[in-house]
Amino acid sequence: MIRSHVLICGGTGCTSSNSLKIQEAMNNELTAMGLENEVKVVVTGCFGLCALGPIMIVYPEGTFYSNVTIADVHEIVEEHLLKGRPVERLVYHEENESKHHATSLSETTFYKKQKRIALRNCGVINPENIDEYIAMDGYQALGKVLTEMTPDDVIQTILDSGLRGRGGGGFPTGLKWKFASGNRGGIKKFVACNADEGDPGAFMDRSILEGDPHAVLEAMAIAGYAIGADEGYIYVRAEYPIAIKRLEIAIKQAREYGLLGTDIFGTGFNFDIQLRFGAGAFVCGEETALMTSIEGNRGEPRPRPPFPAVKGLFGQPTVLNNVETYANICQIILNGADWFKTMGTEKSKGTKVFALGGKITNTGLVEVPMGTTLREVIEEIGGGIPNGKKFKAAQTGGPSGGCIPASLIDTPIDYDNLIAIGSMMGSGGLIVMDEDTCMVDLARFFLDFTVDESCGKCTPCRVGTRRLLEILDKIIAGNGELEDLDRMEELANYIKSASLCGLGQTAPNPVLSTIRYFRDEYVTHIVDKKCPAGVCKNLLQFKIDLDKCIGCGMCAKNCPADAIIRTDYIAPGHKLASFEIDPKKCVKCGACMEKCKPHAIYKD
Amino acid sequence: MKSLAELAAIREKMQSKVALREGEASLRVVVGMATCGIAAGARPVLNAFVDGVNNANLTDKVTVTQTGCIGICQYEPVVEVFEEGKDKVTYVKLDAQKAAEIVEKHLKGGNVVTEYTIGAYKKD
Repeated sequence: MIRSHVLICGGTGCTSSNSLKIQEAMNNELTAMGLENEVKVVVTGCFGLCALGPIMIVYPEGTFYSNVTIADVHEIVEEHLLKGRPVERLVYHEENESKHHATSLSETTFYKKQKRIALRNCGVINPENIDEYIAMDGYQALGKVLTEMTPDDVIQTILDSGLRGRGGGGFPTGLKWKFASGNRGGIKKFVACNADEGDPGAFMDRSILEGDPHAVLEAMAIAGYAIGADEGYIYVRAEYPIAIKRLEIAIKQAREYGLLGTDIFGTGFNFDIQLRFGAGAFVCGEETALMTSIEGNRGEPRPRPPFPAVKGLFGQPTVLNNVETYANICQIILNGADWFKTMGTEKSKGTKVFALGGKITNTGLVEVPMGTTLREVIEEIGGGIPNGKKFKAAQTGGPSGGCIPASLIDTPIDYDNLIAIGSMMGSGGLIVMDEDTCMVDLARFFLDFTVDESCGKCTPCRVGTRRLLEILDKIIAGNGELEDLDRMEELANYIKSASLCGLGQTAPNPVLSTIRYFRDEYVTHIVDKKCPAGVCKNLLQFKIDLDKCIGCGMCAKNCPADAIIRTDYIAPGHKLASFEIDPKKCVKCGACMEKCKPHAIYKD
Repeated sequence: MKSLAELAAIREKMQSKVALREGEASLRVVVGMATCGIAAGARPVLNAFVDGVNNANLTDKVTVTQTGCIGICQYEPVVEVFEEGKDKVTYVKLDAQKAAEIVEKHLKGGNVVTEYTIGAYKKD
């Protein structure tokens, strides 16, 4: 009999820090100790606390180990699994907690405030084993839909739940299904899943596919039943090899069990799913470009209308939803629309997964009810800003979104509030910035990304974003004029209103929102030719405080440009003459500053 | 999969196997497995509990875990049974045979095997 389960994270984050080798070592060690029939090692999807990987949880105690290495495996097996003494030094401790309190996963602040619906099985089941998914009520929703509900009942339930698309736009999912269902003109219909997650910093879709692939398959089959489709496509990026592998395994297992294929549950309903791999173009996350790519053409968008529900994949009515949207469907079917509506705000129901990144202690995935404030997410769940720095702003929605300044940190996060303050939900990337981030540089970073990723089909996006980037470059180089701010705003509005697809329509958002909330910072760059955060290299100089310099010469030794020379000046109390930097030769690499022991070098 | 009954059968079979990860079983058997416990023969006792619980189909109700030294080394192997809402029961000087008896009478039947508890032992 198995008396203990050891869950090891097999998400992309932990895998890249060797979690699979740890699994191997664990199995070897268990065999060596004769525990192989008592302890089961399970590789799961992402637990969410990616910053602390590789992560391991031992049940039934629920002991939560973080930053586990192969060298620790022997000790864990001998001490914990054989003798029952958790290895204290590896147990996750929250910062403000006393040293000797071993926390189980669900007790940590990181998890306590979360409400996991889309991520409910991630880090709990083995994603490569359909039986474990079934044990967690898997495929019950499909069974219920096929035997107890009409397609219209299904659509009504989704409509009533208030579920909105989790991929960016926030369009009501039930309405999408209703349109596709009501459209009976085509030869057949399709269900498609957008797993082309392209926002820098967002990885919730990947984690769901890696941790709970069957939830997406089941929901797509339900969508197929609701609109009358028997074929589904998942468009997933080829850069997600683990997600692809688990999807392939999941589809194979579901087919073997007859949960995909013909005559599912003996009801006469047929549904099957195919995978299509994207090459990683950002524009292919846009729905029309995605479908064009599935059809085998170059991934370029086309004008809407007609919307996919009318004319989608291969010209047929199509429902296209994002991975996270699908991950909510089965739970809504099983628990009812009313249950789902109890969570969230008036117009945004349920939960949202955010990928926390940037200057934050707990980098990782969190799922919170809509309406949770940014402060709760950053300060409580996220553990705050490291190194005692001050929160400056958070970027939501990646390159399509905008920034939320510190003054709005108490805004409850939902679709409409974010749009009202000039940002957007997007897919849920949440990049936290501290006082060391330059907002002009940030706007440039995202714009540089969209310039690269613009497909080039329409002029406002192809040329407009490039011109916008050039103005930003000019400001960062120290050649900006105040008129540039107006020029940028004007150009940005043209790009927004004239671009063909969502990529161009949202590309100027980072520029607009940083100008809106951090205009001062732009003005300082333009008028004073200074970068307050000390990031834009053309606007700063490295200098040496002659009185602090002890004359050790470490800076001069490490300077790649030989720009640091000794002066004749000996500071009071020092024995050696101080150094100074020749601004003409300095390449502003910062190597001297890193090496300076008395911290005599500063940016000005 | 041609019927919901088939799905329900798989679910039933698997639920007991993942139940461990939900944490809260109503009965918790904790075996002292420190050096003192192991030296006194706690290992066969643990095995007996694990096998017994499995054979009696109690896996969704009972978890068997180990712990370190409880501090009464002279009474090892020591096993404690925790049940929600009830006082914990401490069994002492166990062996595999006594363990099997406890599974049968206590874990399955709900009757504490008083003669093996620490109270009974101390009176001798």
